[in-house]
Amino acid sequence: MTGGLVPALDRLCPMHLQMDEHGIIRHAGPSLCKLRPGAGLVGQPFLDVIGLRRAAAPVDLPSLLARAGEPLHLRFRAPPRTDFKGVLVTGLPGMAALVNLSFGIGIREAVQDYDLTVADFAATDLAVEMLYLIEANAAAMAASRNLKTRLQGAMIAAEERAFTDTLTGLRNRRAMDRVLDRMIGDGRHFALMHVDLDYFKAVNDTHGHAAGDHVLQEVARAMVAVTRAEDTVARVGGDEFVILFDRLDDRTRLDDVARRLIGRLEQPILWQGRKLQISASAGTALSRAYAVPDAERLLADADTALYAAKRAGRAQHMFFDPAMARMGQGAEPLPDASRA
Amino acid sequence: MHGLVNRAIEGFVRGCYGPQMWHDIAREAGLGFDEFEAMLHYDDALTDRVLERLADRLDQPVPMILENLGHYLVADPKAGAVRRLLRFGGAGFVDFLHSLDDLPDRARLAVDDLELPELVLHTAPRGRFSLICRGAHPGYPHVMIGILRAMADDYGSLATIEDAGPVPGGRRISVALVETAFAEARAFDLGGAERSGP
Repeated sequence: MTGGLVPALDRLCPMHLQMDEHGIIRHAGPSLCKLRPGAGLVGQPFLDVIGLRRAAAPVDLPSLLARAGEPLHLRFRAPPRTDFKGVLVTGLPGMAALVNLSFGIGIREAVQDYDLTVADFAATDLAVEMLYLIEANAAAMAASRNLKTRLQGAMIAAEERAFTDTLTGLRNRRAMDRVLDRMIGDGRHFALMHVDLDYFKAVNDTHGHAAGDHVLQEVARAMVAVTRAEDTVARVGGDEFVILFDRLDDRTRLDDVARRLIGRLEQPILWQGRKLQISASAGTALSRAYAVPDAERLLADADTALYAAKRAGRAQHMFFDPAMARMGQGAEPLPDASRA
Repeated sequence: MHGLVNRAIEGFVRGCYGPQMWHDIAREAGLGFDEFEAMLHYDDALTDRVLERLADRLDQPVPMILENLGHYLVADPKAGAVRRLLRFGGAGFVDFLHSLDDLPDRARLAVDDLELPELVLHTAPRGRFSLICRGAHPGYPHVMIGILRAMADDYGSLATIEDAGPVPGGRRISVALVETAFAEARAFDLGGAERSGP
């Protein structure tokens, strides 16, 4: 090979190698030498050192040379088994073939495996830019992930707030609607109990809102105490509550829960040395009573049962019965004062 | 101002002056939060208020604080990726100086909404350079001075780097290279292995 060409090739293609007509490597560029120091390359048969990937059949020298000009996928036969992209050209003076190599997408590992520096790459090679991008991108992604994690945490907290009644810590109307829709959508059996406090307005009027708030918090505690973790207890209005009993539609058990709840709520609530007295009425609708349960309908029917319970003399619990609806149609609405 | 820039200032205050100092600055500047998010944008006024509060508390002029910030970003191991990303610019300090023209474009490849100042390098005889730095914020050239001084150290080069006064839209930074192999350069491993070392 013409003497002047070798330094030029080493500069332009520091990862190239030259082989003779027997396939023996006669020269390797400086960066490639760094990958296999000593006698690792020069003097060795090319195909002993480097194999072709994605080759259908074993490759010999003539078939390798026949692939001149094609993109080649190559790999060191001995570890570290670095992958290369390469191209082979023939027809240059003083050699049978020249193969130029690059690391391709495996650049990061190669640089680590061989301790390469900026100077090991051709000045025109984008390898360093690629490494820069890999690193800059990783840093940017880490920052983005960080932000996403925090936003997700904030979103969960905001949702929690959006579904919580701040005074009592119970679920609110919005949360109850969601759970109810989901239960109906899942086709689960459940019971919907509507609970309304009696004499609450009197407590508020006589002792003030602070007393009323205290009562509501005690009521919430009682409701949580008599229900199971999988039930949904929601405050849906000033002194109105809805309890959704998941997969529970046994009348005896539900009636027992309602009576225990009303019993607890009838216990005087202590507030600033005073005894506050309230009571409650409850009405329940069961999802299995409907061929196709509907949220509005269930709420309305539980409400009907609740008012039937109130009419029956307060501190009562009743299940909805279609007969109630017929009776209720002609009945006078209860005056507001008696609801409180 | 991009969150990454604000985050850099926050990291600098936390790293150099402690978390309590940052907490106080954030409160006095009326941020309404304790941590900047690196990937969000903030009103420039927030950044300016933080710098004003910092100048007040440290009893230092803002440009000096910004120079220290630039130095911190490169020289302090806690500051993370900046130094390594800058070192990709070239094998030596002079190569690095020539790579600065590309810096805003390089940064945008990774974070497309990050607006770094425009940098134009002029080469003068006898190892002298002048770097014109024009940014959306007048503070950028001062940060750049700190960065350049730290990078010269990082490359083991001896250089004097000074503010050479205003130009339209920015400032001129003068770089006088005394010696390129003054001290041993800090190790830079392209693959990032030096970070896993002891």
